[in-house]
Amino acid sequence: MNALDVEGVWKYYGDFPALREINIQVAAGSTVALLGRNGAGKTTLLRILAGLSKPTKGKVRVQGEDARQESTRRRIGVLGHGISLYDELSAIENLLLFARLYGVPNPVKRADEMLERTGLDRVRDGLVREFSRGMRQRLAVARVFLHAPDLLLLDEPFTALDDRAIAVLHALLEETHQRGGTVVMSTHQLREALELATHVALIQRGQIAFAGERRQEMLVDTGWLYRTYGEN
Amino acid sequence: MTFLRQSLAIAAKDLRSEMRTKEALNASLAFAVVIFLLFSFAFDPANLNIDVNDYAGGLLWLAFAFAGALSLNRSFARELQNDCLDALVASPAAPGVLFLGKALANFALLLAVEIVSLAVFSVMYDVRLRAQLGWIIMVILLTTWAITVIGTAFSALTVNLRMRELMLPILTYPFLIPALLAAILLTADLFAGKPISAANAIWLRVLVAFDVIFSLLAVVFIDIVLVG
Repeated sequence: MNALDVEGVWKYYGDFPALREINIQVAAGSTVALLGRNGAGKTTLLRILAGLSKPTKGKVRVQGEDARQESTRRRIGVLGHGISLYDELSAIENLLLFARLYGVPNPVKRADEMLERTGLDRVRDGLVREFSRGMRQRLAVARVFLHAPDLLLLDEPFTALDDRAIAVLHALLEETHQRGGTVVMSTHQLREALELATHVALIQRGQIAFAGERRQEMLVDTGWLYRTYGEN
Repeated sequence: MTFLRQSLAIAAKDLRSEMRTKEALNASLAFAVVIFLLFSFAFDPANLNIDVNDYAGGLLWLAFAFAGALSLNRSFARELQNDCLDALVASPAAPGVLFLGKALANFALLLAVEIVSLAVFSVMYDVRLRAQLGWIIMVILLTTWAITVIGTAFSALTVNLRMRELMLPILTYPFLIPALLAAILLTADLFAGKPISAANAIWLRVLVAFDVIFSLLAVVFIDIVLVG
């Protein structure tokens, strides 16, 4: 069974088609780099996959089930453009809230574990509003991996991350890959994404211009994909 | 049980955040007290030959409804910071959980504002609270829940609008007319020392029905509001 099946998805904002007839199948255990220029439709597609928005037409299935089903959402981890953390709560309070919403067993132990993994255990009870940008980003990463999701949907995950946060994210993505988890990430950082990806999808003006395995040419020359399948 | 546990987690989060900033609480409380003060100048019982109990119910609920709008506006707007709403909607918690959690937190906050401002009101206007205290508490609880349910639902609906501070009261108050009318009439009777009887029990039933119907509608339809 595929981790993700996207069949004939269209999304209109008013009269504007942000996505046009998107069809993608993502096998379990793969890491997909979703590439495309600004405004191509990457974020719109990720929001639909995450169940944050409904497609105007078409179907999205996560492990054969509807993306909005409670049992499906329990298996998905989403990192969007924002850090999705509450400034007025402490690091541990933020993680405990999401641990409880995701039904994580032994939430305090798991939250403490993730704080240690991300190097935030020393500021466990500090308010997020007092954190530096890098610390906030690491806490956002801890939140996404808190419930050990089978499917990760990451929108520009490397943007504005400091070196330490990138290292943490790499390690957690590697762990997810090793336990058979699936990752779909949109990014402009081609080098980072292509090194991690097993598959690549290029979106152009709301349509899939290329979808397939990552090829050696892409690693050697990161501009190859855009030159071959993209617009000038 | 999971539904209730998750709702309480959301409510606790909202209350904890509010207690640390006191943004909505201070604004609502100050607003209610200022309204009472201004109306005490407009309706001076010593100069106008009127019984304060005749208009106290209306004044009380208008102030509570307007003060409520201030705190309800913050309810879902609080989630826009750092895109927290996305994380909540993407979580396995049902949209009804988000609604109920937020409604419970709003209810507690509004009730706190009402308790403090009611004490101020009773001193300023010399109304008789003790005679029918039990019924007054019942009416306050039912009407506060009505304001909370409608306000929280419309707070979710208007959260992405640029003019949400303006839109929330415009949308909320027309829906609240039956509940506010019932509350005003009942409160006026109770302040006048009249108990709930066959003559005015219909308004209590209106409040109960309003609360039940709109609570159910909000929990069922909030998914459409949040996800589309």
